[in-house]
Order: sequence, then C-alpha cells, then structure tokens
Amino acid sequence: MNKAYQKIYTKLEGITKATVSLRAKGVSNDELAVVGGRLAQVVRIKGELITLQVFSGTEGIPTNAEVTFLGEPPTLKVSDQLSGRFFDAYGHPIDGGPEIEGEERQIGGPSVNPYKRRQPSQLIPTGIAGIDLNNTLVSGQKIPFFADPDQPYNQVMADVAIRADVDKIILGGMGLTNDDYLFFRHRFEQAGALDKIICFINTTENPPVERLLVPDMALTAAEYFAVDKNEKVLVLLTDMTLYADALSIVSNRMDQIPSKDSMPGSLYSDLAKIYEKAVQLPTEGSITIIAVTTLNDGDITHAIPDNTGYITEGQLFLRADSDTGKVIIDPFRSLSRLKQLVQGKKTREDHSQVMNASVRLYADAQNAKTKLENGFDLSDYDHRCLAYAKDYARELLAIDVNISITEMLDTAWKLFAKYFSPAETGIKQALIDKYWKS
Amino acid sequence: MKTKGIVRGIVSNLVTVEVDGPVSENEICYITTSEGVELMAEVIKVNGNLASVQVFESTRGLKGGNSVEFEGRMLEVTLGPGLLSSTYDGLQNDLTTMTGVFLKRGEYTDPLNREKLWDFTPIAKPGDSVIAADWLGEVKEGWLPHKIMVPFSFNGTYTVESVKEAGQYNVDTVIAVLRNEDGEKVDVTMTQKWPVKVAIKGYKEKPRPNKIMETGVRVIDTLNPIAEGGTGFIPGPFGCGKTVLQHAIAKQGDADVIVMAACGERANEVVEIFTEFPELIDPHTGRHLMERTTIICNTSNMPVAAREASVYTAMTICEYYRAMGLKCLLLADSTSRWAQALREMSNRMEELPGADAFPVDLSAIISNFYARAGMVVLNNGETGAVTFIGTVSPAGGNLKEPVTESTKKAARCFYALEQNRADQKRYPAVGPLESYSKYLDYPEIRQYLDETIEPGWVDKVLTAKNIIRRGKEASEQINILGDDGVPMSYHVNFWKSELVDFVILQQDAFDAIDALCPLERQRFMLDLVLEICARDYDFEDFEKCREFFKTLINELRQMNYSAYESEQFKAYNDSVKKMIA
Repeated sequence: MNKAYQKIYTKLEGITKATVSLRAKGVSNDELAVVGGRLAQVVRIKGELITLQVFSGTEGIPTNAEVTFLGEPPTLKVSDQLSGRFFDAYGHPIDGGPEIEGEERQIGGPSVNPYKRRQPSQLIPTGIAGIDLNNTLVSGQKIPFFADPDQPYNQVMADVAIRADVDKIILGGMGLTNDDYLFFRHRFEQAGALDKIICFINTTENPPVERLLVPDMALTAAEYFAVDKNEKVLVLLTDMTLYADALSIVSNRMDQIPSKDSMPGSLYSDLAKIYEKAVQLPTEGSITIIAVTTLNDGDITHAIPDNTGYITEGQLFLRADSDTGKVIIDPFRSLSRLKQLVQGKKTREDHSQVMNASVRLYADAQNAKTKLENGFDLSDYDHRCLAYAKDYARELLAIDVNISITEMLDTAWKLFAKYFSPAETGIKQALIDKYWKS
Repeated sequence: MKTKGIVRGIVSNLVTVEVDGPVSENEICYITTSEGVELMAEVIKVNGNLASVQVFESTRGLKGGNSVEFEGRMLEVTLGPGLLSSTYDGLQNDLTTMTGVFLKRGEYTDPLNREKLWDFTPIAKPGDSVIAADWLGEVKEGWLPHKIMVPFSFNGTYTVESVKEAGQYNVDTVIAVLRNEDGEKVDVTMTQKWPVKVAIKGYKEKPRPNKIMETGVRVIDTLNPIAEGGTGFIPGPFGCGKTVLQHAIAKQGDADVIVMAACGERANEVVEIFTEFPELIDPHTGRHLMERTTIICNTSNMPVAAREASVYTAMTICEYYRAMGLKCLLLADSTSRWAQALREMSNRMEELPGADAFPVDLSAIISNFYARAGMVVLNNGETGAVTFIGTVSPAGGNLKEPVTESTKKAARCFYALEQNRADQKRYPAVGPLESYSKYLDYPEIRQYLDETIEPGWVDKVLTAKNIIRRGKEASEQINILGDDGVPMSYHVNFWKSELVDFVILQQDAFDAIDALCPLERQRFMLDLVLEICARDYDFEDFEKCREFFKTLINELRQMNYSAYESEQFKAYNDSVKKMIA
C-alpha cells in the first residue's frame, strides 16, 4: 500500500458516530482510508463528497483530522502461516506473533459460479446425537444455532469444531466477550488443535463497526484453504446477530430508510453474501459454516433470524430440558436440510427410520405431558412414552453426549426395546428383524 | 452516435452518471473501470443531466470520473434454438461456458451456441404475406418443434422473398429474406433479440384460460387447480416445503417447456436441480427433464440488480416459446427476493418508501409481471400458454406483508403453506381452507372439468372442502369440551376430515408412486373418499370411532403407495369397501 505520493486531506465536512465525509478526488468505491490514524472505508461517493465508514468509531476525531486514501479495499495476506494464529478484525496478529507473509487478497470477493459447485455429500460427525442422529451436518452446508443469549452455544460450537473431521477451523468472533474469547482459545489449546485453528476476533471491547470485517476476513482465509489447498474448512461465526446490529448502525448513520425491526433493507443480501460462501467444490475442498444467531426470548420472527432462516440450510435450536436438567438440541424445531444427502448413504441403513421413530415417540411423550398438565388420566402407553422421553433426552439429545453414529443408533434401538413393542415404533419390518434388541 | 457519460456518484450498486446526450429509461450502459473492465448497468432514473444507473455487478474499485457509454437499447435477451437445457445467470450469460470457479466481474458469455447445426425445415413459401411472430420455418430442439419466427420487432406486413431449403444450418444463417411495404429486403436468421421488460405480443387474442394444467399434486389439481396459462403463488415461512413443492411441479407439470428462475435463493438448491434433473424422466413424454428445462439462476449471493432482471429474462423466454404454440410453465423462487432487490434500489435512490420500506409501486410492478402470463391464440389460430407460479417468502411467516398482499391481488391461485401443517409433517403443507383457485369459478373451467374428469366434479371438490371445514369446527369443539363432552357426530365429522386430509391432501413427494398422481387416479380417490364420507356412522365410543377411521386411513394410504389398478391396489380397495359395507 506504499505509494510514492499520497495526498493528505485535512478538512472533514461532516462527522457522525460511524462516518465522516470530506471532499476528495479520484477516490474509488470500497477503498480504504486512514482518518486520524483510524481505518475507514469508502461507502458513498457523491460528486467530490466522499463518505467514509470509520471502523473504530469517530469519537474524538476533529474536523481537521488527516485523511489519506490507500487505494485498495480491505485485504488479507493468505498463506499457510495463517494456521494456528489469532488476529483482530483487520487481520493483524493479536497473539504476539509476527505479521503474516503471503499473497494479499481482497476480502469479500466474488461468488462461486453455481454451475461449478457440487452437491454436498460428506458427513461431518460431531459426536452430539442431537446433531448427528437427528440433524446430520454435511460439508458445504451453512447452518446457525438459534439460541437465547444465556445458552451455552459457544461451548457447543467449540465441541463441534474440535470433533469435526476437518482440515482447518476458522473462528470469526463478533462482539465476543473477552471471557468467551479466552474460553475458545483455551479450549482449542487444550484439545491440541491449535495448529489447525485460525481466529479473527472482535470482542465487546472493540468498536462494533469493526465487526463488519470479521466474516469476510474469516471467509477469505477459508477460500484460500478450500480453493487453493483443497482442504475441508469449517468456519464458525459467532454471533451473527451482533454483526447485523453493526450493519444497522452504519445504515442508520447514512440516513437509510430502515425496513423491518430497524434493520437495513439489504439485510437479506448482506447475510446471504456471507452464508453463501459455504460450498462443496468439485475438488475435495469445501467450506462449511456453523453460525450463531442469538434470539430475543426465542423470537424467530425477528428480521435477523427470519432472514437467516431463509438463507441457511436449516437451524439448530438449543433448549433447557426440565426433565433431565440438561441442555438439549430441540428435535422439533431443529432442522438440517441436507441430512437426507448422507443419512443411510454415509451412515447405517436404519438411520432415517430410527431418527423418525425416536422423534415421533418423543412427540407422543410431549402430548402425554400436556394431558398430565391438564389433569387427564394417562394410559400405560403415555407412561411408557414419558419414561422413554427422559432416557432419550439424557442419552441422545443432551449436548454433552459424545458417541459415534452407530452407537447412537444402537442406543435408540435399546430404548425402543426397553419401552415399546416393535409395532409401536412403526419402523419397517425388515429393519426390526435385523436390529431389534430383544 | 452513442451517448457518453462520466461517473459522478456511487452508493453500493447505484451509480450516478453525468451524461452528454439523450438517455432513456431502462437503457443499458457499460461503465469502464480504471482496470478496463466493462460493467453492465441499467438506467433507472434520470434527473437533468444526471442518470441513476443500477450496476449488475460489484462496484468495488469504481471511481468518480470513470467513463460510461450508453447502448441505445434496453436489457435484451437473445432468443433462438438452444435455449432449452441451458443454465443462465439473470442476464442470460451461459454459466456453463464461464471459466474458473469464481464468477468474474465483467465476463459476459454468449447465451447460444453459434456453431451448432440445426435441422431446418421451411414452413413459409416465397410470396407469403407475413407479420411479426409468424412462423417461417422450424428446427428440432430436442423433441420440440422450435419455430423460427418473423422477429417480434418487425412492424407491418412483409412478403416472403425466399426461404432456405431444408438442411442443417447454424443460428446465424440467414434462413429467410423478407420484403417490407417499402420494398426493402431484410434478412432473418434463427435468432432475434427482445427487451425483457416489454411483453412479447404478436398474438391475435388472449382469451380466458379454459383448461387446467395437471401437476400430479392432489392438493393442487383436485382441490385448487391451476389453469393452463394461469397464475398462482405459494407463500410460506422457511422450512414449510416451498422448494420441494416447486420442484415437484417442475418435475411433473404438464408443459412443453419449463423455465425455472432461481431468484435470490440458495445455490445448493440450484445444484440439486443440476444434479437431479438430468437423471429424471418427464412423465408425460418419457424424455429427459433437462431437455425441456431452462434454468435462470441468480442465487442470493449474486449481484442484486441482476436478480430483478432474472425474472424478466425467464418470462421473456417463456413468451418466446408460447409464440411457437407451446405450453410453458414458469416457476420463480422466490419473488420476495426480487421485491427486496427493488427495495434496495429504491432505498438507495432515496425515494419515499411505502409499507415496510418497499417502493410504493411494488403492487403495480407485481401485477404487471403476473399479467404477462396467460393463454394466447396466435395469428395462425394455434394456442400457446405461459403458466406462472411464484413463491413468496413472507417475513416472519406473516402473510400480512406487502409482497404477499400485492401478489394476492395479481395471482388467481393461492397456495398457503402453513407452519403448523409443516410441524405435523402434513406435506405438502398447503392449507386446505385458506388456499383457493379462482379458476374453479370459471364456467369454461367447470365445463372442461365436467368433460375431462367427470360431470359435477367441481361440486365434489367443494364437498370435500366442506368436509374439512366441518371437521375443523368439530375439532375446535372437542378441544374445548373434551372427548366425552361432545356428541358422537362431532367425532365422526372430525375423522372424516382427517380422512380427506391424510388421503387426498397429504402426498409423499419422495415416494416413487405417490409423488405423481395423474388426474384419473385423483378422480378415483376423491370419489372413493367422498363415498366413504357420504355415509353415516355410529360408534359405541370415540375410541372405537378413532380406531375405525385410523384403520381406514391406513388402508387408503397404502392404496396411494401402490401402483394404480395393480393387484395390491385392488386388494386394498376391496378391503376398504368391506369396511364401509
């Protein structure tokens, strides 16, 4: 970015909390600038009046602040040196290590030609039965956790990342508390997985607008490993709700008319641009995205989870289960849209039937519970369902489960035999004959 | 001389250009970046000598002062043999011939294969008097007769001077020479261009649709049929099976040509089409599905302005095939994304917003678009049709939002996908009571159904709907008063409606047999179900009632899973008949 001659501007015409404007010539759209020592990006050009979004906020910036234009949009240097490193939202190391040497790439680059994609078909095992058994993940998939802020989504995500059989794990942390950042760092270290981790972190201590860079940084690194190195890459983005909040701050400061829930009208496209980076390439390379969207009191009709749901391939709900006192993956509201691409194909033949039967019986237990609450008498079947539901939640749905998919299926068969007759499960006779545990 | 301009302002993909000459609304221009890449854009507003243009690509790196050249034409598509089984982006670039894994900015590819030779047979003779859209000759595109027409843009009457004899030619060969009223000769090749935002006319009249388009989906064909040349839309929250239903219609719809516009949706869903369709067989012709399908693909991460263009590109291709006397089906998933693209632009132009920040003319834009569908009588008396079904993705699943409401005014069929039906895995989750087809009120359609299915068919359909309505009322009473608190007739009514629900409404899109239910079979099943429901039943207690109907439902569902009129099918039928005897 070193230019022999860089014009320095010193007269700002307008300042808002997130943007500054000034008159300048020859400025290109999306290019970076430095305003009073802070990084900023061109977001609007109107004649010679340039509006810059200042990532770290404009507090204390004077109207005579020095402004220089860098001539390029935000970039990331990519190479194998990225592995095992921690960076801030700008891609600068925060782990005390040296700067990365490598090819400089613009972040937020073009999308993959849809015709060049392949249908996702590789299973990503996590050991968590609520995911593997009921909502199997597939490489190239994009799926968020929908969770209330008090739920342990970051822990679950860390577990998933460490157990998933992938070549690289890239964490994009947006508005992460310092405690959570340290948790991830510690967890990755403990698991001995540091060499395949790359983190881009914006904590709550950093300015919110900086977050807007994090997903693109993480995904540019992901594309390097998936496209150039044919690796299986898992990208974790937490928390996308805070990312969307930052979008609304900037759009608000630019006087844009908000749409639903005071979010910018372009929210769908903005989120899709990120999530659609998930891809299965014709080579072995793939990018899988697991994100977190925190909800406000479970409200999924809010613009952020709503738009997310239309973009992602399913969603995973966490719920505190009062029967067992554990956090479980809600089998009713969770959905993996790609699960049928691997269930019974990459897993045992009985997978989808066992999954459906176990969820159906769990639903019967919920009905029995409602009956109980309304003061009706319970039948023998109701009692058996309730007992089954407790075991099912503890041994399979709970997030602390860590077993192979075959063990999950065997556990389910064991529970079926313990509480039900083969006919009550409604499973195909051929499978009953083969797997029923008498 | 072309009008030139200079970039003066940039906000995201909205660029303001100072122009030195005349420009027109919707005119196409190319902006040259500092690196020499040409980006296509469209004029959407003019104010004095400033034109606002929406750029169909990322505007990253564009500078104030970059030069612009106006083309003097609107956004056009290229029409000609080879459109079928192609995969285009929203601007009709062939995605399959692009190089590299990533889409390159400014890379525009030819929509048609210019080298390929087509078997041409002449239709018109020298001396014939022709007007725009008249057929001059024909080539075989797959198994479809692809008519080579007098270009739609030709005004007035022409006389055919000469037509090429039968033989193999590429699309750029002059296949006919015409003479206009002034005696000037004009060449006609196999291709022509047409602006996407203008409807292709060139037909004699546009009568009301008078027959239905079979989809093999019971909840559509039986309950709320869509007419050939009709319009319908499918709103539903995410996870309710919109895409599965649309794909089912695409696979089974009785049409000669299917155009699927993936408009701002997931790329992996388009990949599913690429992967599955080449393997699938069209149930009506036994040919590969891909042979009759064109995919227009602007997925959610592709440039927003091209998303708006994509639905128009798709519609224009349908209209082109309609002018050949073919039945076309256009499926757009989802029109909400298109409306959002309009919203983003309107927002950047700082227009005063309407409801939910959508542009105020949203309703008019949607109506105009739906109006391009329809059945037409061509100049030669043949008929062609464009049937249009769009999906809508209402924010928060709430149908009281501008896109759903505007579409409701424009479309004649409404297939509401319901969250609670999806939660109960009652697929397709089309709500039986809220959904409607206005075509059931058309005397011409009633007559058609009387003649092709059986006399009095519409009344039977209404009877079935009424059974569902009565069952819903009964179930509400049962929920309030308890199983023991209501007379037995309430239980019977409830279970009759469950019978209609499980046997007629629900259908397994993933079962080889149940997925496709031909009209004849739909007639048989509805007659059977109504016969069962017409009877009076009495039971000792509600448990017995439930048991009886549950068994009956199971037998009937097994029928749905058995090949029509097979031994198995007949056996289940006999057993049902015995149960109700």
